[in-house]
Formats: sequence, C-alpha cells, structure tokens
Amino acid sequence: MSWRARNHPSYWAFVLHRVSGLLLAVFLPFHFWALSTAITGAARLDAFLDWTRQPLVTLAETGLVILLAAHLTGGLRLLALEFLAWPNWQKSAVGLSAGISLAVGLLFLLNAL
Amino acid sequence: MTARAETWLWIIQRATAAVLALAVLIHIVTIVYAVRAGLSAPAVLARTQGNLWWLGFYLVFVLATALHAGVGLRTILRELTPWRGSSVDGASACASLFLLVAGWRAAIGLFA
Amino acid sequence: MSGTIEVAVWRGGADGSLRLYEVPEQESQTVLDVVTYIQRRLDPTLSYRFACRVGMCGSCAMTVNGLARWTCRTHVRNVVRRGKLELRPLANLPLIKDLVTDMTAFFEKWTRAKGAFVPAADRLQDFARVPPDSRARQAASAGIECIGCGVCYASCDVVSWNPGYLGPAALNRAWTLVNDVRDAGNRERLTAVAGDAGCHACHSHRSCVERCPKALDPTGSIAGLKRATARALLRREL
Repeated sequence: MSWRARNHPSYWAFVLHRVSGLLLAVFLPFHFWALSTAITGAARLDAFLDWTRQPLVTLAETGLVILLAAHLTGGLRLLALEFLAWPNWQKSAVGLSAGISLAVGLLFLLNAL
Repeated sequence: MTARAETWLWIIQRATAAVLALAVLIHIVTIVYAVRAGLSAPAVLARTQGNLWWLGFYLVFVLATALHAGVGLRTILRELTPWRGSSVDGASACASLFLLVAGWRAAIGLFA
Repeated sequence: MSGTIEVAVWRGGADGSLRLYEVPEQESQTVLDVVTYIQRRLDPTLSYRFACRVGMCGSCAMTVNGLARWTCRTHVRNVVRRGKLELRPLANLPLIKDLVTDMTAFFEKWTRAKGAFVPAADRLQDFARVPPDSRARQAASAGIECIGCGVCYASCDVVSWNPGYLGPAALNRAWTLVNDVRDAGNRERLTAVAGDAGCHACHSHRSCVERCPKALDPTGSIAGLKRATARALLRREL
C-alpha cells in the first residue's frame, strides 16, 4: 500500500479526524483536572487561569480550539456520509466551510490574532 | 465482541456524536463569551455555582464525551496496535470510566 | 517515438525483488502491452494475469506506480514518470509469483458476507415484480456492476490493518442483495456483515471509491449496511 494510494481528500479527512480525536482525548483529563481545582476554592482555579495567560499556553489553547473545530466538522461530514445520500463533494464542502469559518471566527474572538 | 455488541458500539458512537455536535457548539460559544468578558475564577463560578442548568448540561456533555472517546480509543488501539480481545475492551471501558469520573467531579466542583 | 521505458517489475514471491526491463516506447500503449512485451520478448518466466484485455473482466488488475488499476485500461502515457514504470502485484493478497496474487481470500470473504442470492420464491410462482425506479432497486442497481477485480480490496487500508475485514467488494455485494426485494436471506446476511469484520470497521476513507474502475461506491454501500444493521438491531432482528 503506497502513500500515493492514500493521497486523496477523504483520506486526509480521516487522518485529521483520527489525530484530532486522539489529541483531544489525551487533553481531556488535564482539562478536567484544571477545572476541578475549583473544588478547593476560587483561589486555586484563579491561579491556574493566571498561568494560562502566558503566550505559549494561549497558543496551545488556540491549537486545541482548532482541533476541536476540525473534529466537529469532520464528524458532521461523516454523519452526513453515513446517514444522508449526499454526493461526496457536498459533504466535504460542509466540513471545509464550516471548519474554516468556525476556526477563523474562534481565532478572532479568542483574541489570538 | 459479537456482531450485535459491535453494532451497539456504532450506535453509541454516532448518537453521542450527535449530542456532542450540539454540546460542543454551546460550549465553544460559552467559552468565547467567557474569554471576552474576562476569564477569572469568580466569573466562571458566578456562572456555574448553584446553577442546575449548567450542571445538567455538563453532566450530559461529560457522559457523551466519555462514551464517545472510549469507543474511539478502542477502535484506534485495535487497528493500529496488535492488542485485541476482551483486555482492550476492558482498558477502553476504564478510560471511559476515568473520563466520566474526572469530568463529573469537575462539573460538580463548579456547581457546589 | 524512439524512446524506451524503464520498467521495474516484481519478481518472485514475498521475499522477491524488483527487476528492471527496458521496453520500447510506442505511440499508443497500455501497461498490459508493456507486461506482455516483457513476457514474450524479454523474459518468458514472468507470470501475470489477463484475459479480455478490453476492460471487461478485471483479471489484469495490479499495482502500477503505487496505485491499483487495470493494466489493459491504463495508458502508459498517463502513468509513466520520468520514463519509469513500477509494477507490483495487488496489495493485501497473498502472492503466488511475480504479479499473480491468490484471490481465494477475496472470494471467500464474498461468501462470508453472504454475498449470494437466497431465493424467496421457487419456479412455480409468478415472476417477481420489481419497480425499476423504487429506491431499493436503484440502490441495488448502483452496485451490481462489480466484476470482482479486487482493486478496491487492494486499496483499502482497513483490509491491511484488519485481516478479518470482509472488504469493500464483499460488503458492496451484500448491500445489493439487502436491497433485492426477491431475496430472503437478510437476517443472516445482516448478522454476517455487522461487527468489526464487517461494515462497522469501515472509516469512510473512500480509497475504494477513488480506485474503482467501474465508478462504484462501496463506501456508500457500507454506509447503507451500517444503517440497515442498526435498524435490525433496534428491531431485535439482528
């Protein structure tokens, strides 16, 4: 099986979906732990939120948001593929446009630009 | 795993995906709003403490995530590693359970 | 046209290697012409398959420059890269020799997917009346042109990751029968195609759709099987 055989959009969509899913799953325990610092009181959560204001952390957060947007829109594309009878290009267009608009909108709104 | 059990996993994966599509959208809008308004512990807690709606939302969100991630992890392990059989099923179920407990603990921590 | 093509051909078994041949370039030439030239003029020990040589039988399928395709319907001009061609046997199948694979597993999975018609009526009954524009018949007709060439199977990553996976061709055939209103075997068939050896292992890479020389849509068929098996499970029919 050569990489030439895998070099087409639906395959890239699969790789993106799998990688983003895996990275998000790995990130989640950390996310839940950070939020649970609130159990001991607002001070610990505040200290953690202060830590997140560092530029590298903000960059990582932006990355996570993009992964989430990619996984969501890729997933919507898969749901359309499995449950609706749309031709492939329409489903990809859904994923692509939704993904781009979501990511760009979020990037702007999160003031990362 | 039997054909029936695998079919159930597929149904669970797609059903939780549909729930998550909505939940993630709500979550992202919330976070964007929260970040713009200034992200601080008091601001977050003012929103979540004592609020049954947010608690209910996050309990459902976490449950869907834990199931969805668990099924997904099981698929990745079975396809890309030699791990098979009931032990990989058990490990994936443990991952699901861990996410569920950690997530519900955080949600309750923000509510209480 | 006075050039030559440098053709690397897989020789031997799984532990074999690529051997180089120089083949004269022609004005209009298919990869099958190239392989035939090698076997007839340069090296009679080369083993390869073909039959109709006009794109009807699918026997000549092999890997050309990394992609599974029919050599009789592949013009050298469309695939040659800097004067070079690389020919290997179809992937995901045991190798017999050179460019010839053992297709047994491919057809055995067809059987395992219950890809055979199970009649509900016998010859004493009237003909079945099947409206050609019904959704079921259109779904069936969309998939029945498969000639079992193996290109989709050779192009599927899930087949290479999961040896028990029935594969796009067998599942596509099962789907055409699920949609055949004359068929009586759907309870067993849906059970056969459910599970991680069946339709639920498909991740919609769509490599099968990309490579199918008959422009079929196995991914779409498999999606149909996913819906059908889920419906059957919820109705306690699985």
